[in-house]
Amino acid sequence: MSDSIISVQDLRKVYRVGELDVAALRGANLEVPKGEFLAIVGPSGSGKSTLFYILGGLAKPTSGKVAVGGEDLASLTDSGRTRLRRSKVGFVFQRYNLLPTLTALGNIEIARYIAGRQTGPLDKSFLELLRLLRIENRLDHKPRALSGGEQQRVAIARALVNHPAILLADEPTGNLDTENATAVLDVLRDLNERLGQTILMITHNPEAAAYAHRTVRMRDGRVLDN
Amino acid sequence: MINRLVFENLRHRKVRTGLSALSIGFQVTMILAIVGLSQGMLKDSADRAKGVGADIWVKPPSTSAIQLSSATMPEKMLDAFMLQPHVIRAVGSYTVPLSGLSTLTGIDYQKFTGLSGPFKFVEGGPFQGKFDVIVDRWYQETYHKGVGDTVKALEKEWHVCGVVEPGKLARMFVPLATLQDVMSNPGKVSQALLKLDNPKETFAVISALKVELPEYKIYSVEELVSQFSVENVPGLKAFINVIVGLSIIVGFLVVSLTMYTTVLERTREIGILKALGASPGDIMGILVRETLLLAAGGWFAGILLSFGANWAINHFVRASIQSVITPDWWPIVAAIAVVASLLGALYPGMRAARQDAIEALSYE
Repeated sequence: MSDSIISVQDLRKVYRVGELDVAALRGANLEVPKGEFLAIVGPSGSGKSTLFYILGGLAKPTSGKVAVGGEDLASLTDSGRTRLRRSKVGFVFQRYNLLPTLTALGNIEIARYIAGRQTGPLDKSFLELLRLLRIENRLDHKPRALSGGEQQRVAIARALVNHPAILLADEPTGNLDTENATAVLDVLRDLNERLGQTILMITHNPEAAAYAHRTVRMRDGRVLDN
Repeated sequence: MINRLVFENLRHRKVRTGLSALSIGFQVTMILAIVGLSQGMLKDSADRAKGVGADIWVKPPSTSAIQLSSATMPEKMLDAFMLQPHVIRAVGSYTVPLSGLSTLTGIDYQKFTGLSGPFKFVEGGPFQGKFDVIVDRWYQETYHKGVGDTVKALEKEWHVCGVVEPGKLARMFVPLATLQDVMSNPGKVSQALLKLDNPKETFAVISALKVELPEYKIYSVEELVSQFSVENVPGLKAFINVIVGLSIIVGFLVVSLTMYTTVLERTREIGILKALGASPGDIMGILVRETLLLAAGGWFAGILLSFGANWAINHFVRASIQSVITPDWWPIVAAIAVVASLLGALYPGMRAARQDAIEALSYE
């Protein structure tokens, strides 16, 4: 599909664990059009996280084709994948993964700095995003002074500060209570609808998956219903 | 931005940061204290040599300008020196090494003060009895011995008859004849101090003396003072080098351990930075900056501590050892601290830079 922002064909990933080869992906195929909000569900060990790491440029595929925003990830070197993470991918993790020594704003600025060595004031559209995330008054606080929901919204802001082609969210509501989980999912849907942000969300939670346009299931290293 | 992260990282672990910087500081202090001691003691010796007021020093064969030696020369040679043109005074002194670095110096009071001017007495006065001793103020301050007290040396009891201002030849003076008797070495001195009618004739007189006494060590006061340098004390330069080497090893180990712990503790954060697009060079750069800040903090702390060490040495044990502040060594110890710290950060930094991002992100 030419309008796909993500294109995965016969993707395989084999990990070496001790003396054993473990196949985490066994020929996965996936096409994601630009602007889609896609949920990926599946049991533990189905290969969701491996797909997430390969799409995010954190792991190298063993074989197959995988392209993000037209860039062939299989042929990228380590530094090429580093560049991809800076420019095309934003991560949101289950455990928020904010840097504990920096404030919320510091966490956002460090991502901006790493991506393009930019400093200075944030642009107007991003300030609007911070208002949408309802964290504009919490930016001077360090993660330990923020609630789980606030931390996850800061993580979303950090993931989006460099205007990535895709936002990869791995169980973004896994550590949140219902109220905060709903708030985060509302924000993700809002971002998708207002800004056309492409989002891939891994989740175990059917209610969370229901926020997405489409849900695909994974099992045994394959995407079942792409 | 990276600098803010580096600063906040160090601030986050205040105690560890403080202890690490202090450890580097002790390394810096160790070097500065050794160098300060070496230079301080040499300066004190040089000052006391200058304080004598002699233009020429004559020492027996097989001695050196600055080493303590038990070698002696006949006191009668002083009369021969007086026959030399331009020599107006020839005074002998007899220095006997005691324990450690202290010495007992025998002088003929009248002749010595005739050469170098009167002593400035803080209390008491010149020798009255055979076993009298004059000490200087530093000796008094260190050992708390004043007029009326007794000092034991060479298995004799010496009565303190006077306390003088420091800066002339020695710290403990006794009558020359008594010391010669005690040492069973009558008629001998360990050096001759010559005063000329015109200091401009110094080299001419030295040349003439060297012809007559080829085996003897004959120095102008300038030559003698110039000998009081680290290079001329056998083994001192090597000793300082050993201390510098040990300091580099200590600094290396401290920083290595600190950074290794830091990297382990921040495994997850390294994973986060990598997920954000930080390159191995970026990760290494963060640790190198943290290391440089620790080294800078340690350097500053070390200089402050060296002022404390300097004060303590000069306050409590000034009679035995002296210390000076050595600002010319501050850039050198800065370089040493930086090199040792960077070496220490190398392995932990490389480990962090190579850390697998996925493993790091799942680190508990």
